[in-house]
Amino acid sequence: MDFGFLVVQSLSGLASASSLFVIASGLTLVFGVTRIVNFAHGSFYMLGAYMTVTVVPWLLDFDRSPLLFFVGVLVSALVVGALGVVMEVLLLRRLYKVPELFQLLATFGVVLMVQDAVLWIWGPVEIPGPRAPGLRHGVEILGQRFPAYELFLICVGPAVLGLLWLLMHKTRFGILIRAATRDREMVGALGVNQALLFTGTLFLGAFLAGLGGALQIPRVSANSQMDLSIITEAFVVTVIGGMGSVPGAFLAAVLIGQLNAFGVLIFPKITLVLVFLLMAVVLVVKPWGLLGRPEAAAGRAALPEGILATPRFGMWEKVILGVVLAATLAVPLFGDAYTVKVATEVLIFALAAFSLNFLVGNGGIVSFGHAAYFGLGAYAAGLLVTRGGFAMEPALIAAPIAGAAFAALFGFFVVRLTGIYLAMLTLAFAQIAYAVCFQWVEVTGGDNGVVGVWPSGWARSREVFHYLVAACCILGIAALRHVIYAPFGATLRAARDSEQRADAIGVNVRMHRWLAFTLAGAAAGLAGGLYAFSKGSIDPTLLAIPMSIDFLAMLLLGGMQTVMGAVAGAAAFHTIKDFFMPLTDHWRFFLGASIIALVLIFPRGLSGAYGALRRRA
Amino acid sequence: MAGFTLSRRGALAAGTGMLAGLRPGRAPAQGAPIKVGELNSYARMAAFSVPYRNAIQLAVDRINQAGGVMGGRPLEFVFRDDGSTPGDAVRVAEDLLTREGCAFLAGTFLSNVGLAVSDLANQRKKLFLATEPLTDALTMAQGNRYTWRLRPSTYMQTRMVVEAARGKTAKRWAIVAPNYEYGQSAAANFKRLIGQSIPGAEIVAEQYPALGRVDAGATVGALAQARPDGIFNVLFGADLTAFVREGNTRGLFERRLVLSLLTGEPEYMIPLGDECPDGWIVTGYPWEQVQDARHKAFVDAYRARFNDTPRKGSVLGYVTAEVVASMLNKANSTETEAMVDALADLPTQTIVGNVTMRALDHQGTMGTWVGETELRGRTGTMRNARYADGADFMFPEDEVRAARPRS
Repeated sequence: MDFGFLVVQSLSGLASASSLFVIASGLTLVFGVTRIVNFAHGSFYMLGAYMTVTVVPWLLDFDRSPLLFFVGVLVSALVVGALGVVMEVLLLRRLYKVPELFQLLATFGVVLMVQDAVLWIWGPVEIPGPRAPGLRHGVEILGQRFPAYELFLICVGPAVLGLLWLLMHKTRFGILIRAATRDREMVGALGVNQALLFTGTLFLGAFLAGLGGALQIPRVSANSQMDLSIITEAFVVTVIGGMGSVPGAFLAAVLIGQLNAFGVLIFPKITLVLVFLLMAVVLVVKPWGLLGRPEAAAGRAALPEGILATPRFGMWEKVILGVVLAATLAVPLFGDAYTVKVATEVLIFALAAFSLNFLVGNGGIVSFGHAAYFGLGAYAAGLLVTRGGFAMEPALIAAPIAGAAFAALFGFFVVRLTGIYLAMLTLAFAQIAYAVCFQWVEVTGGDNGVVGVWPSGWARSREVFHYLVAACCILGIAALRHVIYAPFGATLRAARDSEQRADAIGVNVRMHRWLAFTLAGAAAGLAGGLYAFSKGSIDPTLLAIPMSIDFLAMLLLGGMQTVMGAVAGAAAFHTIKDFFMPLTDHWRFFLGASIIALVLIFPRGLSGAYGALRRRA
Repeated sequence: MAGFTLSRRGALAAGTGMLAGLRPGRAPAQGAPIKVGELNSYARMAAFSVPYRNAIQLAVDRINQAGGVMGGRPLEFVFRDDGSTPGDAVRVAEDLLTREGCAFLAGTFLSNVGLAVSDLANQRKKLFLATEPLTDALTMAQGNRYTWRLRPSTYMQTRMVVEAARGKTAKRWAIVAPNYEYGQSAAANFKRLIGQSIPGAEIVAEQYPALGRVDAGATVGALAQARPDGIFNVLFGADLTAFVREGNTRGLFERRLVLSLLTGEPEYMIPLGDECPDGWIVTGYPWEQVQDARHKAFVDAYRARFNDTPRKGSVLGYVTAEVVASMLNKANSTETEAMVDALADLPTQTIVGNVTMRALDHQGTMGTWVGETELRGRTGTMRNARYADGADFMFPEDEVRAARPRS
């Protein structure tokens, strides 16, 4: 390979890195100050792109000058920044007092709504933006032609880095941002107007996301799927760099850009997984990312989030439980075939969501990649049946074993971390598992998956299968609930609320967490196995990020502070989705709106609201 | 039907008459409708699926005005979003079959969704007419009695562009394809077929960027480095636009022969705008150049009703409704086995000519247009376009027999 090619390939990597950094810097700032994992950041990026393809051609009609082009880019980014303020004031401000994860759910609702709003406003066809006037041509570099616009992009990254540095060190606003990133409570205690600080940060974050999208326009067309394709990558950059660290994000972006540029030469299919491999390696070696710092509040006994009390069932709860159980068992007798199908799925999701709450609510182990164990259970069951020629029964035994085995493997590394880094490592492992299922076509069937995963003859009718699922899921949930009430569960809660104190009284925190992770993986694997048999097929979407997010949404809707909340959440989420999907093509908008409405009305989830009702009564 | 200048209503009546094989002016259909459960990615793939749904509605209205199907019953499509995942799609399919009482299923876009619904159809012994999914597996290794596919598969489309390159001299080939089943299998088909068109052809570079996330600069750089004479492209949608822009600026396509799947379809041509490259050999749909009178009538009716130009999806939607009507008329029953038997080698005169559902592999002989890309004004179109009849590009019969499971 000649030298000129290497240089130009490296420049390509730098151009991508530069764009990625602009987006990720906004995400890392918002997280640093508000601790919100802002899923809607990708939506702001997309809105920036759409805004630009609307505004810039209009401006260029007056005069095809580079100046007007960049004015258009800045205007678009400012508009997006204003939308960030709108989101903060209307939504997030109402949620700062509830568990941090709840804000994640709210931003996820925003993502769904923006996706459909974009389809409404701009239509489904992707819109190519104008090229930047004066930068359309290619520049000859060492015998290779390189786009002038990308040379410009390479300069944008360091320029934004420099401006952010000035902002952070020379203005009061910036100093407050840095202070809040280090220790938010202390900043609040010193009398800083937090609402204003948060609003300003959201503006800056959304502005940077919008700018990132706007600057992409001469390279890619605005399309309605660009939000989700960028958000995971932006998360990865912020985590590798260290959450809250702008220079770290820059370093990580450059690293990823170069790895991508040269990775495709050696492994052309690597782009699917490369960034997640890198993230997994970085987090295992440096638990706080490259330039991140341990959270100042990490050692402090924080207000626990998650299951607080473990009351026994009272009279009312017993009645409700009885009604729900009776309804579950009576569905095949009274409901039509489709209702049975939906009820079966709700049961499966209830088990999966419950197993996730076992980790999140009870153990404080926030997993963003719980679908991995669900999906791996499904794959184990499905492959045994289709490739191994086994019957359903042994396959259903293998499913939880596979879920547990992989949870044990990944969990070994995961439990060494805490907080958001832990969550991102679970995401990385889930993506690696996803990539393996996606890429290993000979065994897993690639993204087409494997079909023909049907139950044994006796369980083939919808009704019998429903009872089988009901038996497995109710027993699974009951068993996990028992563990929550057992000393093991109490120990997990102790470790969640104060790792140091738990450690001091002789609890092996890591071991407990590892076992909990494995157990939850087993339950998710069982749910996955049942799901595979209910659908007749397995494919990588079972392990994908949207599935993990669905589980989180179920759990949060139900309420992570109560033991049984996840079950209610699974039922609510699935029912809402099933209600809106046949009604309209824009069901995602209504799903998102429902989630936001529920978040605002029941800021502690459905079961949290029930608990409040009970206490009042 | 030369000089087709009737009013819209007249065109409608004439078209419907031909369509249902009846004389114009027959009484509209009456009685209980025959419901077809149509599931597709209306939310996520709206650029394709909405024109597709429009055309189905257009065709169904015409069919019903001309007397419906099966001796006078109206035809009705129940449209549902398939959620773009196999899990959601299977639930929606069950809903269509049980609660909506649909006679059979049709549609789906993504290959994994199509395969999952196909297997469900096999399990529940219900007919599934897959319209859009392109994967070869649907009619080959994972084919089953109840699943039929209308649109030319990946293999057929690849073979069309490869045969169009016959006589060219490009020996060194680079492949760029999205990293999922469609891209991988198009690339595999290309490797297999290119030697027959261009003896001595070799593959010198392969790039598989993730779907929707192409790093265009790095990909173009890697392809150019291999110094190929020709490029086989499978990218589409937003990936294609980014790739073409980057390739144009860096001169990747200069003095190189490019074969490209689907690029000539309006769905992908329109977003390319004035970046449309010149002289790529592509499959597509140059709607303004099709001369057949019936097809012109379809284009006029579509434009009049929806105030938009037809897309490739529209053609597929219209042909879908035509084939469904023809099948129902032949079966004269909504009993699954009768419909499946009726589909076997069923010929239908459609707006793209004759389409036969080959009994051997359950693949329709619907074809597509092959030609070269060309920029006219500010939008791309095709020149030297001709309709490639799918019947000439089917899988060889012995391969089908070897691949399809015995039933």
